[in-house]
This record gives sequence, C-alpha cells and structure tokens, in this order.
Amino acid sequence: MLEGIMIGLSAAFSVQNLLMVVAGCLIGTFIGMLPGLGPMSIIAIMIPIAITLGDPTAALILLAGVYYGAIFGGSTSSILLNAPGVAGTVATSFDGYPMARRGEAGKALTIAAVASFAGGTIGAILLAIFAPALSSVALLFHSAEYFALMVVGLSAIAAFAGTGQVAKALMMTIFGLILATVGEGALFNMPRFTMGMMDLQSGINFITLAMAMFALPEAIFLVLNPARSSRGSETGGSGKITGLRFSKAEGKAIIPVIGRQSVQGFFIGVLPGAGATIASFLGYAVERNIAKGEDQAQFGKGSVKGLAAPESANNAACTGSFVPLLTLGIPGSGTTAILLGALIALNVTPGPRLMIDEPDIFWAVITSMFIGNVVLLILNLPLIPYIAKILSIPRNYLIPFILFFTLMGAYIGQNNATELLMLVGLGVLATVLRFADYPLAPLLIGFILGTMLENNFARSMQLYSGLDFIWERPMTLALLVVALLLVLLPSFRARRARRRAQGVADGD
Amino acid sequence: MTLDRWIALIFIAFCCIYGYAAFFTMDQLLPPFMQRNPVWPSTFPKVLAVLGIIIGLIVLFGLEKPSGEDEPSAVDINYRRLHEYNLGQALMLLVLMVAYALALRPAGFLLATTVFLAGGSAILGERRWITMILIAAIASGAVWYLVQEVLGIFLRPLPIFLR
Repeated sequence: MLEGIMIGLSAAFSVQNLLMVVAGCLIGTFIGMLPGLGPMSIIAIMIPIAITLGDPTAALILLAGVYYGAIFGGSTSSILLNAPGVAGTVATSFDGYPMARRGEAGKALTIAAVASFAGGTIGAILLAIFAPALSSVALLFHSAEYFALMVVGLSAIAAFAGTGQVAKALMMTIFGLILATVGEGALFNMPRFTMGMMDLQSGINFITLAMAMFALPEAIFLVLNPARSSRGSETGGSGKITGLRFSKAEGKAIIPVIGRQSVQGFFIGVLPGAGATIASFLGYAVERNIAKGEDQAQFGKGSVKGLAAPESANNAACTGSFVPLLTLGIPGSGTTAILLGALIALNVTPGPRLMIDEPDIFWAVITSMFIGNVVLLILNLPLIPYIAKILSIPRNYLIPFILFFTLMGAYIGQNNATELLMLVGLGVLATVLRFADYPLAPLLIGFILGTMLENNFARSMQLYSGLDFIWERPMTLALLVVALLLVLLPSFRARRARRRAQGVADGD
Repeated sequence: MTLDRWIALIFIAFCCIYGYAAFFTMDQLLPPFMQRNPVWPSTFPKVLAVLGIIIGLIVLFGLEKPSGEDEPSAVDINYRRLHEYNLGQALMLLVLMVAYALALRPAGFLLATTVFLAGGSAILGERRWITMILIAAIASGAVWYLVQEVLGIFLRPLPIFLR
C-alpha cells in the first residue's frame, strides 16, 4: 500500500494534476452551491472537458475534485440559505441553518469544513486499505460472476430506493438496460433497434442521457417553481460571514462524532445504491440517539454535533462509493455511474485489473482525494464569503446559462446537432418521470451497465453453451440468490409490518 | 389513475413493441453461422421485454404498497400543482432550446448562442436589454474561445453567409 501511495504521490503532484485538483474543487464548490444543481449534473457538464484533457489520470482527478467540491458547496448553501444544493447535504441544514440564524454562520462553515475534511480523509484511508483487498478477490471473478455481480448491483440500487419505490426503480433500471441495447454493439456487429436512423447507429450517447436525466430536469424545475431557489434568509449572499473559529470544548465534542460517522459513512457509501444522502441522514439520526439529555435537545436547534455528523458521513460516503467503482468497475450511485462512463470514454476499464495494469491511475485518484480535502479546507474555507456571492446572481441570468452548458456538454463531444434534439426530448421525458416520482439514477446506471451486463452474460453463455453457468459456478448462484433476496425482501418486510400494524389495530 | 400508473401503462406498451421487434423481426436477419451460438443478438432484448412487462404490470396494479402519503412541501415538485408553476416559461425555454439546436450550424455559434442566452433571460422576465445582450455576447465569445482554442474542438463561429 505504501508503495502504491508513493506512485500516487508522484503522479498526483505533477503541476497539471495539482491544478486539476484545485480547479475541480473550486468549480465544484461554485456550482454545487447553486440550489438545484447536484453533483451528477455538475459532473455531467464537466465530462466533455475532462475527456478532451486526454489524460485519464488528470480527468479522473478533475472529476473527483468536482464531486468533493459539489458536496462541500452544497453544505454551504444548506447552512447559509437553508436551501441544500445537493440531496446529500439536506441533513446539514437541520443544525447548520439554525447556527447561521444565530449569527454563527462562520463557525458553522468551519465545523462543516473540518468535518468534511476529516470524513473525506478517513474515507480515503479506508479506501486505500480496502480497495486493494477487494480487487484481489475480484481477480478470481469470471464473466459469469461479473454478470451476477452486476445483477446484484442493479437490484441493490432498486432495493435501496425506499419503501414503495422498489418496483418503480426496477422499471427504470430495465428502461435503462433497454436503451443500452440501441445501436451497434461490439458483441454482434449488427445494428439493433436503430429504426433506420443513422444517428442511433452508435447508440445513445451517455453524456446526452446523463444531461437529459439530471441537469435538464433540475433546470426546468428551477423555472417551474421559483421557490426551489428561494433565498428566504437575511444572511444569504451578503458576504458578512465572520468568526470562523470554534471553541476548544466544541472541538472536543465533535471529535468522537466525526470519527464514528466517517467510518459508518464510508461503509454505507460502499453499498450500491445507498450513498451520501442515506449516510448523512443515518449519521444524523444515530448521533441524535447516542447523545444524552441536554445534548440531544440541542439537535435541530444548532447543535455542533448535529452539524458535524452528516457532514463527515456524506464525505466519507462519497469516498466509499469509489470502492465498487475502482475495484469491480460497477458503479453504486448515479455519480459514480457518470464517472464510469467518463472512464470508458477515456479508454480506461475500471475493475480489478486497474490496480495491476494502471496502478498510477488508481493511486493518483486516491492520493488526489487527500489533496482535494486539503484544498477544500485551506483554499475554499477562507474564500467562502466571496464564493457565496454566486448565490446572488439573478436567476434570470443563471438559468439560461445552466441550459446553455447542458446543451454544450452534449454538443461538443459529438459535434452533432441531432444530439441536442435528443437531449431536449429525453429531458422532457425525464421531467415527466420525475413528476411521477420515478427515480432516475437507476435508469442511468442500467444504461451504463447494460452493455457490460450483456457482454458478460453472452460470454458465460458461450463458454457453457447455455445457462449452465448459473448452476455450475457456486459463486454465481450465490450472488444471483442475493440479488433476488434484495428485491423481494423490502416488499416482504413491508407486508409483515403492515400485518403487525393491523394486528395492533384489531387489539390482539 | 395517477400519473405514475399512466407511465407504467405506456412503458408496458413500449415493452410490447420492443418485445415484438426482438421476438419477430430480428432473428430472420441472422447469418447461419451465428445461429449456432447460444446467444443471439435478440436474446437479451427478449429477456428485457418480458421483465419490463412484468414489472410494468406490478407498478400498474400497485402490487407494491406505498409507504403512506407524505404531504409534498412547497419546494418539492408535484404535478398536481402544475397550474401554479411557470409552465409557459418552461415551455418557451424548451422551444428556444430546439430552435438553438436547429440554428446552431446555419447561424454559427456566436450568433446562435448570443440570441439563446439573451432570449432565455428575456423569457424569464429580464428587461434590461443592453446588459443582457452584452453579457450574452461576452459569454458566447468567451466560451467559443475556450472550446476552440483551449480544448481544440472546432465550433463554426460565423453564420453560413459570412463564411
């Protein structure tokens, strides 16, 4: 591991890559602060730029920096405006905003930054420990196991979608898989479902799809409902953020919270489909339950512990979500799915071979996470009062620019105006789906995994000339059973809970 | 019927068409040597079509019970309140995006982008015309320079008749 970190340090400390970390963190913070634009949209917009860099290490470092920056920026707008830019920082506003109202905005931002820093750093250490171990196991996997593993990943994403949402998430996953079958695959060398259209020959472009699924609906929602970007606070954007220090007692109070939540957040982040949002809510809930008496009463009224818990948890979870991506090549969240798409476009195949074939990429990313966290702490924190000025850009100017960058992202990769029409069409579809409460991340993950899923499936079928690989490889069978359980368990538990509730109502 | 069930119904119809294409139109085109493979290009789509129809039916008939209705907050987006939203603005912006897509080549990047950005602001209610057009023009010039010179991607800057 030490050797790896040395490789990473030498790669990450080139001038170009350091510049990428700083640029990524700054851009991410800027855009992440805007209400309504989540990390997925930001990364989708940044991908064409990252791809034209040509160097996969630099590109991945840039995108990872943007990811961190976006989460950090999201917590800033949660604290200052009570308007979380990112779902993962909603829990931050529970205690951060009351602190800002008390005139402790500066202190709240510092605590958030320190907690994020600690969460991100501890997460990166855990990543450096667990990723190599996991990828040595993953080397034993054949295409049959990969196929099964992807099925597990896809069903886990659906299973964690929340109560009453599992079937909808599965439906979106299948829709994503269906979209992935459009075009000419490498496997069969014949066009499928192109309906004779030349523009569909190479399939649906994943950047276009990512933009259409996330950036465009968010922009449309900002237009539809101005309350989403409301600035109901007097502190917002005024730049009067003073008193960045917190006291020694407060520091002592948050250290155990940060330690616990960093570790817990990391492991939640590793699970496919869980991610930063669940980690932050769970972290908040756990700390509130652990806290005693007076401390517990403070939660929700501006408790430093209540602020530190979700902040360290969501950053650690972001790092944790890189584990399945880097070791198995399977994304567990929408954001890492977009990163995977970017990597494939750069000719890098993430997976267990990545550590062996291209250790410099692997370790440079991990090292850049440490650097990125330091950058966020020492560069962004003092700059926050100035960066927060972006919150005062009038929305009349902001929204056309968001739309424009969405269009550009889809256009400059392809240089094809039809791509833009597809973007608008798919964007309208995504907006309607969002209205009907369908989760869209499963769609994108299904789309990105679709080709790989089919290739691995076909390869195992060819090797065993039939479906025998399911029975003859115990690991494949076990994984498929896990996938089935993951999908069925939530509905089973819901049914049992309902039956119990009915029992109570009947009085027995 | 609620919107999500309508979507499930449309999805089932879509899967039926997709499944029809997979089951009945793809295999005849297959060259004989590929027919001996255990996997055909239509295999995976067939599986997907069947799974899609099953899950679509589950959503359609509401077999999975929702967890209990939460009152949507003002910030959440909800189609039942669509009439309260700025629907006209959103539709006009979408039309503007389509127009931009169609005009990008013939009108050139600089002109199309300036008009798009200024037009977008105008649709959202901005009325300081000079500031607006100035910002739009500077921004499109800057983006063109960045994309063309820094990233090295060719974007046709000028309209068709000035080339």
